[in-house]
Amino acid sequence: MTEPSEQPNTKRREFIGKSLLAAGAALAAPQVLLIVANVRAETQGVSSEVRWGMLVDTNKCVDGCTSCVDACHRENGVDLLQRPTGQQDEMWNAQRPQWIRKVKLRDRQTGRVTNLPVMCQHCEFPPCADVCPTGASFKRADGIVMVDRHTCIGCRYCMMACPYKARSFIHQNVENKMVRAPRGKGCVESCNLCVHRIDAGNATTACQEACAKEGHHAILFGDLKDPQSAISLALKAQGSYQIRADLELNTGVRYTNL
Amino acid sequence: MKKIHFSELWCSSPRYWGGLAFLAFIILTGLGAAYVMEHNGHWVTGMSNQIVWGLPHVFAIFLIVAASGALNVASIGSVFGGPMYKPLGRFSGLLAIGLLAGGLVVLLLDLGRPERLIVAITTYNFKSIFAWNIILYTGFFVIVGVYIWSMIDRKAHRLYQVTGFTAFFWRLALTTGTGSIFGFLVARDAYDAAIMAPMFIIMSFSYGLAFFIITLISAYWWASRHLGDHRLAKLKNLLGVFVGSVLYFTLVYHLTNLYITQHHGVERFILLEGGIYTVMFWLGQVVVGSIVPLIMLYSPAFADNRFATAIASILVLIGGFFQIYTIVIGGQAYPLPLFPGKEVISSSFFDGVVASYTPSVAEAMLGVAGIAVSMTLVAVGARMLKVFPDDLQDPEEGTA
Repeated sequence: MTEPSEQPNTKRREFIGKSLLAAGAALAAPQVLLIVANVRAETQGVSSEVRWGMLVDTNKCVDGCTSCVDACHRENGVDLLQRPTGQQDEMWNAQRPQWIRKVKLRDRQTGRVTNLPVMCQHCEFPPCADVCPTGASFKRADGIVMVDRHTCIGCRYCMMACPYKARSFIHQNVENKMVRAPRGKGCVESCNLCVHRIDAGNATTACQEACAKEGHHAILFGDLKDPQSAISLALKAQGSYQIRADLELNTGVRYTNL
Repeated sequence: MKKIHFSELWCSSPRYWGGLAFLAFIILTGLGAAYVMEHNGHWVTGMSNQIVWGLPHVFAIFLIVAASGALNVASIGSVFGGPMYKPLGRFSGLLAIGLLAGGLVVLLLDLGRPERLIVAITTYNFKSIFAWNIILYTGFFVIVGVYIWSMIDRKAHRLYQVTGFTAFFWRLALTTGTGSIFGFLVARDAYDAAIMAPMFIIMSFSYGLAFFIITLISAYWWASRHLGDHRLAKLKNLLGVFVGSVLYFTLVYHLTNLYITQHHGVERFILLEGGIYTVMFWLGQVVVGSIVPLIMLYSPAFADNRFATAIASILVLIGGFFQIYTIVIGGQAYPLPLFPGKEVISSSFFDGVVASYTPSVAEAMLGVAGIAVSMTLVAVGARMLKVFPDDLQDPEEGTA
């Protein structure tokens, strides 16, 4: 046992000093790494001069064709998710993500049949973003409604609020995913108008491209704020329809001949 | 005036520890269920992209609504000056905290990412009623905690009136917030109604008091203490008023919807053709949860029957559970009206079709564990704090 000394224990001080230094470094390191990472990020922000939107001509949408759905799910890695072993069709269809779906309708009065794809309608006033407690559901300046998967806590309130059933919760482990389409168990996601393409300067979506490739040209994608864009000219020339227009959400996705 | 003495609940060891061990076992199974759900993902549950909130939400909302109502007895004592209720204030506060904690545990463990709780309490979107609720729930714990302290500690007694009023208004705000979770969902026919908020408040009065009566009777039986008939009769009559009020609000809610043509579909679904939901509404909520307890509470045949009061309270809780189930699950099961005037011939995602939901065992275990968490907190709290009066003899005429 050592004698108690008048001198302060310098070893202890040294230890405290080093610990503080290590803790400081541990706190600072991620920020430094983030700064380094950010240097390579896009320097230009998203502009509110643009509002991305879509116009679907239901007359051109072909019964039985699912090329838009297939292309979307391929583009965004949705088809990489595996059905849990032994799960029935009905449950799998209710639990798997469906960013876009095909719907076939018949008018009760006239009997007229229409086909159309339904996806996130990219509302100007999105109810999903209103109800999200953490702000993970948000609308970009260019009108794209999407989910920040770093702050989504998986509460599913956005799914309760969405009038279009456009949102999907990831119910299982994600083994394979694409760099351009991050995905995680327990988070919510939905159509983001192929935001990775837009941010890379490409103004087409996978669904539009696939529909055109099939020769149907039912989907038109473009800037709603540019009066000379093909979509603006088409919307000006003919009457269009918003699903649940009564909610006055001013959707970015419109339909003709519905 | 006779002075009332409070003391900790001191039961014989095997009875107390045995009870706690049983509760702990239920909590453990619930935690196991939560682990299975989080480890595998929600695909192991009955929930889906159609029914996004399942049985755990029913339990959680039920407990949270009951929590604010359990505080009522304390509020009647301090805000409305009811001397008969004042000695029960401490326990009322403790029960409120316990029920809220139990409900929140279930809500948290059912999140897709429960480990991100820190995100939920540091990142707020103030337009979201959920975000407001996080603040309301946290504030409730703090305010009711101080309220109990002001009732127990003589030095803090000066805070009694202030915290009493604060707690009362806070609890009204809290249940308004819980009801508004549904009231603000404009897209779904079953919700989107401002009456949801006041209806949830009156529901909380009813469930909270029912919980209070059951736990009070059991605690006094457990500790072999005396509970006066007159006091219990007062609580019993009040419960009857609340049960009747819930029924009245339910009637107004459905009558309003029946007037609006757009909502005829959802009303037909809940009231007539909804299968399990229709049965839950009529048999569960109306008959078992309201009419039978009303008869038991008010019929002279059961006037001094403590057992009947306890059974009536349990029936109120069962009816309340079915009511929340019908609101939460039934409201989601009814299809979203995307294309008025059109019939859906085909869709890969169930457009226009009633959603099916079969809760899994794991969900039920998690929900029941929430009740066990509440009861454990109450049992431990009552053992550690002086919340129960030694004797609740009926006061003599003209005194309290």
